[in-house]
Amino acid sequence: MVDLSPARQPREADARPVPFRGGGFAPGRNRWAGLVVFVALIAFFEVGTRTGVISSLTMPPPSAVAQTLWRLVETGLLWQNLGPSLYRLAMGSLVGCGAGILVGFAIGLFTLARAGLVPLVSALFPIPKIALLPLFVIWFGIGEGSKVALIAFGTFTPTVVATFGAVDGVDRGLIRMAQSFGVPWLRIVTRVVLPDALAGILSGLRVSLAIGIVLLVAAEMLGARYGIGAYILEAGALYDLERLFAGVVILSVLGLLVSAGIGALERRLLRWRG
Amino acid sequence: MDIRVRHASHAYGGLAVLSDIDLVAPAGKILCLVGPSGCGKSTLLRLMGGLERPTSGAIELVGAPPSGCLNELTFVFQHFALLPWASVEGNVRFVLDHHRLSEAERAEIVADVLARTGLADFAEAWPRQLSGGMRQRVAIARALAVRPAVLLMDEPLSALDSQTREILMEDLVGLWTRAPFTAVYVTHNLAEAVRLGHAVAVMSRRPGRIREIVAIDTPLSERRPDDPELERVQARLWSLLRDEAIDADRELVDG
Repeated sequence: MVDLSPARQPREADARPVPFRGGGFAPGRNRWAGLVVFVALIAFFEVGTRTGVISSLTMPPPSAVAQTLWRLVETGLLWQNLGPSLYRLAMGSLVGCGAGILVGFAIGLFTLARAGLVPLVSALFPIPKIALLPLFVIWFGIGEGSKVALIAFGTFTPTVVATFGAVDGVDRGLIRMAQSFGVPWLRIVTRVVLPDALAGILSGLRVSLAIGIVLLVAAEMLGARYGIGAYILEAGALYDLERLFAGVVILSVLGLLVSAGIGALERRLLRWRG
Repeated sequence: MDIRVRHASHAYGGLAVLSDIDLVAPAGKILCLVGPSGCGKSTLLRLMGGLERPTSGAIELVGAPPSGCLNELTFVFQHFALLPWASVEGNVRFVLDHHRLSEAERAEIVADVLARTGLADFAEAWPRQLSGGMRQRVAIARALAVRPAVLLMDEPLSALDSQTREILMEDLVGLWTRAPFTAVYVTHNLAEAVRLGHAVAVMSRRPGRIREIVAIDTPLSERRPDDPELERVQARLWSLLRDEAIDADRELVDG
């Protein structure tokens, strides 16, 4: 038998607990914190504007913004403005993200596409797309064409970058495995590369669509009678803060919905991650 | 079907990894490849499986593949290489889907290999839900599904703990005893080599050469972990490897 008793008996008074040094670095989930932040912020501005601490010149009371929003719904103006905007956003991001994913895959898979297109994409990325709006009006017309093109162009570059990054990150071991079983090339792309890159592509889409919403306002600066962006710009020009904020709230809600939609898509398509 | 390596050499850039390898993996037998780390044994396996081309020399297949063979040279990888987004059954089906088979044939193959590897109850499970040992069983089931002529096993048990390794070794012996297959089995674990190999090829350190091929005549099913004959062979393998392993350990990776 090995003797495991200590050589010298220490006094009981010397005993002390091992200090805990782990923990942290693992943010958990909390359903309510986000809501509480919103409510607290809105309550703060409501009280502030009502009591006059915050001047009504700088900030409308949230309740007045809510009333404006409600009037928008009642008069049907909301749909009149939201409809064209949603169309522009949907068409623009569909074209931009769709083309972005295709080009991203090409860059991730083919030497020539990578060598030829990566510098181009890097050159296009930092261009402020808003600056190109007048040019797009000349190219695609003052109607829907220029607006869709602006959003498409703006969502294209971040989607390309996210997609080819995701394709680059695909597990080479899985591709070797598929090759070793004689799986045809196209099937490797659709059944190994695509599923493995999907997480990265979806998180890229989150960014791209948010940029799409930002560009929506810019796209409606020229030649738009209706649209959330046009509505905000008009309110801004008239210094009608309540309508300005009502428009901003609509864009925020749009952003939240898009983000929630992608979240739902992730939960569904990336179920295997557990 | 035999697989024959003739005067194969391989280099990455200017770095010679394999030098003049001459080797035959005979049909119906397991040939183990052992050698110090970095001696090119995995590279040799990839050459044999057509995943890389030798710089010089040739790899040849001799004889006809078994009937119904879908993929002659089939790998089992150290880190399993399972598709994490496919279920156990989906992983097996992945390698069958591009072959002209009826759905009934596919279902039959899947059911057969899952039963042979003890996975019948786990067909719907995700890989992440499985232990390492079960994951490698899935990879073995997938490899058996294509009725390979030669199994190329790249340290298939090295990522597993020693208890699981022991159990999977028994499984492999059982699979081979019931239906003998041809395999080239790369390992750095000499105990595995003497349990599973009909012959053990010992390689030198980089650039890898075949130093010696040791045949082991005891039938696989009669080999026990504490068999004195196997221990003697293992000691002999170690004496061949020891100095090479010490030198290989002291080498800089980039040379």
